[in-house]
Amino acid sequence: MELLTNKYFLIALTFCIFVAAQILQKRTGIKLLNPILLSIVVLICLLMGLGIEYETYNEGGKYIDFWLKPAVVALGVPLYRQLESIKKQMLPLLIAEIAGCVIGIISVVLIAELLGASREVILSIAPKAVTTPIAMEISTATGGIPSLTAAVVVCTGIFGAMAGFSMARISRLRSQIATGLSIGTASHAVGTSAAMERSQRYGAYSSLGLTLNGLFTALLAPFILSVLGYI
Amino acid sequence: MILQFGLLFAFLACGELIVALTNIPIPSSIIGMLLLTTALKFRIINLKHIERVADFLVHNLGFFFVPAGVGLMCCLDLIKGELLPIAIATIVSTFIIIATTGWVHQYVRNITSRHQSHPINNHHDGTADQ
Repeated sequence: MELLTNKYFLIALTFCIFVAAQILQKRTGIKLLNPILLSIVVLICLLMGLGIEYETYNEGGKYIDFWLKPAVVALGVPLYRQLESIKKQMLPLLIAEIAGCVIGIISVVLIAELLGASREVILSIAPKAVTTPIAMEISTATGGIPSLTAAVVVCTGIFGAMAGFSMARISRLRSQIATGLSIGTASHAVGTSAAMERSQRYGAYSSLGLTLNGLFTALLAPFILSVLGYI
Repeated sequence: MILQFGLLFAFLACGELIVALTNIPIPSSIIGMLLLTTALKFRIINLKHIERVADFLVHNLGFFFVPAGVGLMCCLDLIKGELLPIAIATIVSTFIIIATTGWVHQYVRNITSRHQSHPINNHHDGTADQ
């Protein structure tokens, strides 16, 4: 049992499960077998089955979590590579982002309210479209539950990574820019990783989407939530 | 590689510093990312000094989210009671965001390029209709 709660063992386990999930998806080609989703599900089942607490797992997990911040900084590189084309259309990008941000927050809040979610849950999922550090800060500031926010943010990202391109197709988005931008706006860094797999161009606009939506959500979410009467 | 990691963390550290000094409610990583793009743009650093590490991290971004996702097991009880509202609101809203952002972008872009009376500008970046 000692070995099972050793942080290096837990880190190695996370890597191995993720690699196995990647191989499985490559072999089968099934979109639903998203490696991130699959790893999370397998790890949760394993930990619960073995009676290991999340706090114990996170002794190792936090060293993987640690790389989230540097990885977000690294998104500056694809962004730089597309800078020229971004500068040419500042106005459409900004207006689209503000629309996506405001309508995104209002839609998730109203739908959850309509389906009878509690106030605490609504506040927790309001910033679900933006990357974890931003979303958790907003959630803390408005009175949500940060751990629930983190979980919903990751699920949103996985959903965007799996279904984002299909949704863009259904919405009849024609340009790569609109598609990349909207996927980054709706599903932050996880969606961006899927966009990056298609092409650098999708990826760059997706990083732009996640950045701008992160900024706007941080600035506007508390305001929108108070207008809607939640805080 | 050491230089590359050093530079990357230097930008993150600058982000942390700015947040600590100004108290703005924006995460240090986002500020670090904007600083990195700015530094590349003004040739303060060269792309080749950071590209390898940055591309590696960007291409494996999803993996770093796994522990946060495993955190789901802490709030299983809370979610169980309200699974339906949470799931439906999240899925539908994600769809709405993608459609809205994309439509507004395409619409405004068509208007602005028409204003400049360069109809061809519509697809000047090579992303033609599929």
